[in-house]
Amino acid sequence: MIQAFAFYLFTAIMLFSAVSVIFARNPVHSVLWLILAFFNAAGLMVLVGAEFIAMLLVIVYVGAVAVLFLFVVMMLDIDFSEMRAGFIRNAPLGLLIAVVLLAELGMGLGAWKTGALQLGTASGAAATPDGLSNTAAIGALLYTRYLFLFEAAGIILLVAMIGAIVLTHRQRSDTRGQNVGRQVARRPEDATVNVKPAVGQGVTL
Amino acid sequence: MIGIEHYVAVSSILFVLGVLGIFLNRKNVIVILMAIELILLAVNINFVAFSAFLHDLVGQIFAMFVLTVAAGEAAIGLAILVIFFRGRGTIAVDDVNRMKG
Repeated sequence: MIQAFAFYLFTAIMLFSAVSVIFARNPVHSVLWLILAFFNAAGLMVLVGAEFIAMLLVIVYVGAVAVLFLFVVMMLDIDFSEMRAGFIRNAPLGLLIAVVLLAELGMGLGAWKTGALQLGTASGAAATPDGLSNTAAIGALLYTRYLFLFEAAGIILLVAMIGAIVLTHRQRSDTRGQNVGRQVARRPEDATVNVKPAVGQGVTL
Repeated sequence: MIGIEHYVAVSSILFVLGVLGIFLNRKNVIVILMAIELILLAVNINFVAFSAFLHDLVGQIFAMFVLTVAAGEAAIGLAILVIFFRGRGTIAVDDVNRMKG
């Protein structure tokens, strides 16, 4: 009972926030609605017993991706009202495609429920071991059978990080930065000169 | 009782909302990227629901990889967006023709 209530609560808030993400006039509001949608999706995953993925969702999506979006939206100086010019014009086609897609997905779900489709079942090779928490079970699987895929995921993140840095880094020509090499290479004998001027004559520089 | 059909239905609706978001905000690439995140979230919900109801952890492992790729995609996409804005002063994607493709 309480499970059904929580499911419908999380689902309703998540779908409402998803609708708000795509209909919000201000992209900053879109990002904030996106964060709410991610939190409720994490709630759904806790409900189904996948605590690790739920925490990952909160940390990675809310903590990193959504904040990245927020930074970019606030950094760029864009007239967002002009961006919405084609909103009404695109609406009929978009709604048509959405309805067709939803009908197709619903048809697939209906066909599966009536038993017209035979889906495979899990082999049981990766079944959750008894007496092990979700996180421990995922770790035991991830660091043994899926070790190389895990490392490939790490390489993907490394490439994404280096790519983002290389793309956005720029050498500015209009600033005068510190030239460390020249500074260090400078010797006292090149920089200073000792003179002993006669009285009343001064020095030429 | 909440069965797997409920989760599949929810993730289908979320997926369709993401696709609709791409079509509605065809000019605003930031909202398009957010709609892609919604689509990937729907896929993740589907993976995790099947993984839980079939008692097979591979779905959750795969959801983790989807999450990884989503994070990388957001980072690279926003980086491209920033340099595009620096060069053009706008992010309207319907007149992106710099590469004359």
